[in-house]
Amino acid sequence: MLKSLKIAVMTVALSVAGFSANAATLDDVQARGELNCVVTTGLAGFAAPDENGRWDGFDVEFCRAVAAAVLGDSEKVKFVPSTGKTRFTLLNSGEGDILFRNTTETMSRDADLKLTFLPINYYDGQGFLIRKAMGINSASELDGASVCIQTGTTTELNLADYFRANGMSYEPVNIETNEEGIANYSGNRCDLYTTDASGLASTRAALDDPSAHVILPEIISKEPLGGAVRHGDDQWADIGKWVVNAIINAEELGVSSANVGELCAAAGNNPSINRLCGTEGDAGSWIGLDSNWAVRVIEQVGNYGEIFERHIGPNTPLALERGLNAQWTDGGILYAAPIR
Amino acid sequence: MAEVAVSPQRNAISRLWNDKESRSVIIQIITISLVFAFLAYIIHNAVVNLQAIGKGFSYNFLWQPSSYDINQHLIEYNSRSTHFRAMLVGILNTILVAICGIVLASIVGFVLGVLRLSKNWIVNRLAYCYIEYVRNVPVLLHILLVHGLIVHAFPVPRQAISIGDLTFMTNRGIFSPKPLYEPLFLVVVVLFLLGLAFMWWFRRYAQKVQDETGQHYPVFWIGLGAIVGVPLVSFFLLGSPITWDVPELKGFNFTGGMVVRPEFIALLLALSLYTAAFIGEIVRAGILGVYYGQTEASYALGINRGRSLSLVVIPQALRIIVPPLTSQYLNLMKNSSLAVAIGYMDIVATIGGISLNQTGREMECMIIVLALYLVMSLIISMIMNWYNKRIKLVER
Repeated sequence: MLKSLKIAVMTVALSVAGFSANAATLDDVQARGELNCVVTTGLAGFAAPDENGRWDGFDVEFCRAVAAAVLGDSEKVKFVPSTGKTRFTLLNSGEGDILFRNTTETMSRDADLKLTFLPINYYDGQGFLIRKAMGINSASELDGASVCIQTGTTTELNLADYFRANGMSYEPVNIETNEEGIANYSGNRCDLYTTDASGLASTRAALDDPSAHVILPEIISKEPLGGAVRHGDDQWADIGKWVVNAIINAEELGVSSANVGELCAAAGNNPSINRLCGTEGDAGSWIGLDSNWAVRVIEQVGNYGEIFERHIGPNTPLALERGLNAQWTDGGILYAAPIR
Repeated sequence: MAEVAVSPQRNAISRLWNDKESRSVIIQIITISLVFAFLAYIIHNAVVNLQAIGKGFSYNFLWQPSSYDINQHLIEYNSRSTHFRAMLVGILNTILVAICGIVLASIVGFVLGVLRLSKNWIVNRLAYCYIEYVRNVPVLLHILLVHGLIVHAFPVPRQAISIGDLTFMTNRGIFSPKPLYEPLFLVVVVLFLLGLAFMWWFRRYAQKVQDETGQHYPVFWIGLGAIVGVPLVSFFLLGSPITWDVPELKGFNFTGGMVVRPEFIALLLALSLYTAAFIGEIVRAGILGVYYGQTEASYALGINRGRSLSLVVIPQALRIIVPPLTSQYLNLMKNSSLAVAIGYMDIVATIGGISLNQTGREMECMIIVLALYLVMSLIISMIMNWYNKRIKLVER
């Protein structure tokens, strides 16, 4: 009896000591030697394990880029898969250091959920996927439809607003995971599947016969997707922010994984490139890193254009156009703050 | 210990400690204070950590518009309703599936239990195989399987299976005519309630007469007449004061009428068929637990098979059956939280799911969900304990 008492006392004492403050994420990550990155449970093209079990995709590359900047090795990432519902809890509870999970930046998430959003890395909008055989050409003809939605996303709110604003009725079928949602759509439980247009492209590519389904032209919402970190560590937020900006700026400046070694070997004639390379100025020290941080990112992961082409561009099953996500110099709205 | 015991100068503390009774009191006090200290620490820790990231503890969000829609709502609800109302919708959906599930599971379970005792080899083995299969597969898989079967086996609305052009079976649900009551229908309702009240009185009266004179009344038939017959006759005499709203195919789906969604059917079937397997075994145990001599004795007294079952075996078997049955009912109710996997909008899917995610109030929402399940479990336990007390052996 005395022994069990002792154990109880020790347990209490241990759990009192167990919790520590969550201030310097950078130190924690470097001490751990591994970055914990919250991603989706699986969305082809954005984040999914490949046939060898290695995580790959558009969002995954941003995780790897941060690891390259902070730890020097883009492979030192532990991926924390999350559903739409668990992602913010995982981030806020410290299970993840950073989140890249097709996450829409909204005011309530930024301010009320206490997240700090990183620069937008994909401009998206919510659309509808429907069977061609239904003969529907526009989202204005959807009165009375059954709609499958993944719960815990901004999607279900946009959907409610859209149908209400247009005076149409619908039956929502709120499913926990993307996989079950697609299974219900392909089993014809629903007439429509709705999510961000990029997610629809990914979903459609994974269906048995992609050509039997169309994505309706209407985009019913703005979905600026970006990474996020929790409130309270500005240095860590700055690292995330400037890694994303460096990736976007690199494309604009014509720095790619192929020519970064050559361009960054010594200071050249373009001061912007020099600052990105760290051969001029000391941008790295402003965010607590060395001067080569951006070079490592571009070497190991590539610039924005390379990442896009590799995972979701026209030559991939998703076949997404650059559209809004082209550089501002090419008619898009991708416009990263300069590194200076 | 032994040293202390032989020491002539024992102080008060060691005397208290060596006394068996006071020692147990001391240990209990220490244990309880430790448990509460631990709980207080955990709660304090949560509050401090929430404050550290700037999230205060507040239930104000309950009065904000929920902004999402729910396909099955027993009360008026739309996306402009509050999160509180969304929670009520979720509670009602959970209660609905729990009650229907408990009734269905009990019926199927009792039948299974009896079949399992059947002397017919095939019937017996079939029940055995069913029970062993169902009990050994996780209930989540049953739910997904049944839902998948319904979604894939039933046709889409445009090819609906029509039953007399009134009821339509589709993979979006079973659509049937909805009764619209006219004011005169109230008379029928009142007569039905009067019938119930009459029956309640008449059963006691018949029992009394039987106890005193041994005379039998055909209670069942009189009851049927009072509860069903009289209201039915009055219904037609009043000129059928009901009109029907028949569902019709419009665009993508049927509109009008009543609908039972496949998510509800799947959850109900999976939960009740799963729980029924356990109840079947409990019933079998209960019946086998009644000494066979009792049955033989009642046969010897000339009581027929049916009445000896209902008067001798079942009342005694119930005493064995009811306590474990309570746990099964609780399990069924709690397992209904798996509904979120197929999109049935219960408590977990509404307040513990979408509301939680949209407002970011994890702590607050989870406390609500925990409290609701606790309350519902306690209510079920209370009812079953009351019933258990009523049927237990009265010892004189």
